[in-house]
Amino acid sequence: MEPTDVIEATEAALTDTETEELVEEELLVEEISIDGMCGVY
Amino acid sequence: MVLSPVKQSGLGDQMKAGLDAPICLTWELTYACNLQCVHCLSSSGRRDPGELNTEQCEAVINELARMQVFYINIGGGEPTIRPDFWHLVDYAVSHDVGVKFSTNGSRIDAAVARHLAESDYVDVQISIDGADAATNDHVRGEGSFATAIEAMEHLQVANFGEFKISVVMTRHNIPQIEEFKALADHYGAQLRLTRFRPSGRGADSWHELHPTDAQQVELYHWLLGHPEVLTGDSFFHLSALGEPLPGLNLCGAGRVVCLIDPLGDVYACPFVLHDDFKAGSVLDGGGFQHVWQQSDLFAELRQPQSAGACASCGQFDACQGGCMAAKFFTGIPLDGPDPECVLGFGADLVAAADANARPAVGKDHSRTRVSLGKKP
Amino acid sequence: MPFNLDAPYRLHDQVSLRPEPFGALAYHYGNRRLNFLRAPELVTLVRSLSDHDSVRAALAASKIEERRWPSFEKALASLAESDVLVAP
Repeated sequence: MEPTDVIEATEAALTDTETEELVEEELLVEEISIDGMCGVY
Repeated sequence: MVLSPVKQSGLGDQMKAGLDAPICLTWELTYACNLQCVHCLSSSGRRDPGELNTEQCEAVINELARMQVFYINIGGGEPTIRPDFWHLVDYAVSHDVGVKFSTNGSRIDAAVARHLAESDYVDVQISIDGADAATNDHVRGEGSFATAIEAMEHLQVANFGEFKISVVMTRHNIPQIEEFKALADHYGAQLRLTRFRPSGRGADSWHELHPTDAQQVELYHWLLGHPEVLTGDSFFHLSALGEPLPGLNLCGAGRVVCLIDPLGDVYACPFVLHDDFKAGSVLDGGGFQHVWQQSDLFAELRQPQSAGACASCGQFDACQGGCMAAKFFTGIPLDGPDPECVLGFGADLVAAADANARPAVGKDHSRTRVSLGKKP
Repeated sequence: MPFNLDAPYRLHDQVSLRPEPFGALAYHYGNRRLNFLRAPELVTLVRSLSDHDSVRAALAASKIEERRWPSFEKALASLAESDVLVAP
């Protein structure tokens, strides 16, 4: 599928919610570094 | 680190509320140590007769594996002088529990280095506290720098890859910060800088050795300029100086991590080896899991913490009131500023705190309590 | 390799996926990277990927509302960048 199809699909998803609020982007993955914490090991 | 958008509950908030299992934990395997570092956080030296035996350690590892704890940070004392140390490392790895261990390097010879290089699940951290023998040995004892360097040489020859070099930052070694970086670069190692806290024997020398206000600012800016240098979220109290440092910037004690001591006692973190911060024991009926999930202490730590005396300070969100271990062992209130508060709100409290009222070290396994002596 | 919605993916062998109340933690033993998956539906989706020929197929088979798919696609791309998701 072409990248443009993805954009169209996203836009379609947005227009489907015309009568509702704009779809908010959710941040579903977060990478963190905890490096052992408390600075010891 | 990715900061979460404001509309969503912060990742930090979820971490503060606690997890079903720690992400990792520190496990001090023994109080025995061949060194007597002046500021040892665990007051190590002599083995304790009540230390968990091999079978009991294996049972803990089994539990951690079941809980899917990702890795354990093994320390001590000097963990490699426990006769069953290598067996326990292999045991953990074969049960899918990663191992990162901290050592002064005295048992890392060529053969050991080669063996370590073969395992993908074992990481090594060599401790030094100076970039040259004079500065290092002043704190860690004569010959300790040479021992550490030799271990690094063996790891390099064995193609271990990226081991860690860990330094506790003090008034004497902050000026050597660039040399530490150069040393790490020379060995292809990752540099780790950690905070000096008045814990264990550290209480004896904290007032002389902790960084000056100017040094804290210097350190903060240097860390901002070197995001590749690890800190284990050790310096989140410095984030009140401006842009937050990389990392979670919160205290993970009892929420994300905890400590198991050589006797199987569970504490909130390695810097609070004191009854007030003891959550239970792995030898209790429900094992480690029950302590982690049900102990009163951890439940309390997982409650939202009040800002207390810091409520009116605009920086509280950035610094969270600092480190509870630092406050506890300098004898100042836990719901108030850190003793090294970068805005200076802790200094008066520390000065006013009654030296005789400071909490005493919980367990002292020191062979000797060596005084610091003259500056190197 | 850029993330491809029409390609199949699976969880990397060296990743430990641990359920939590908010979703899951994913720790990669090879590169030591730690990721938070902040929705239980995302965890289910990730686990289902190896059963489908493409990410799109997995999304279509899931119970996730279509208007949320862009966020989930971004999440999966992020996991692929961390090497948590790889080609089968």
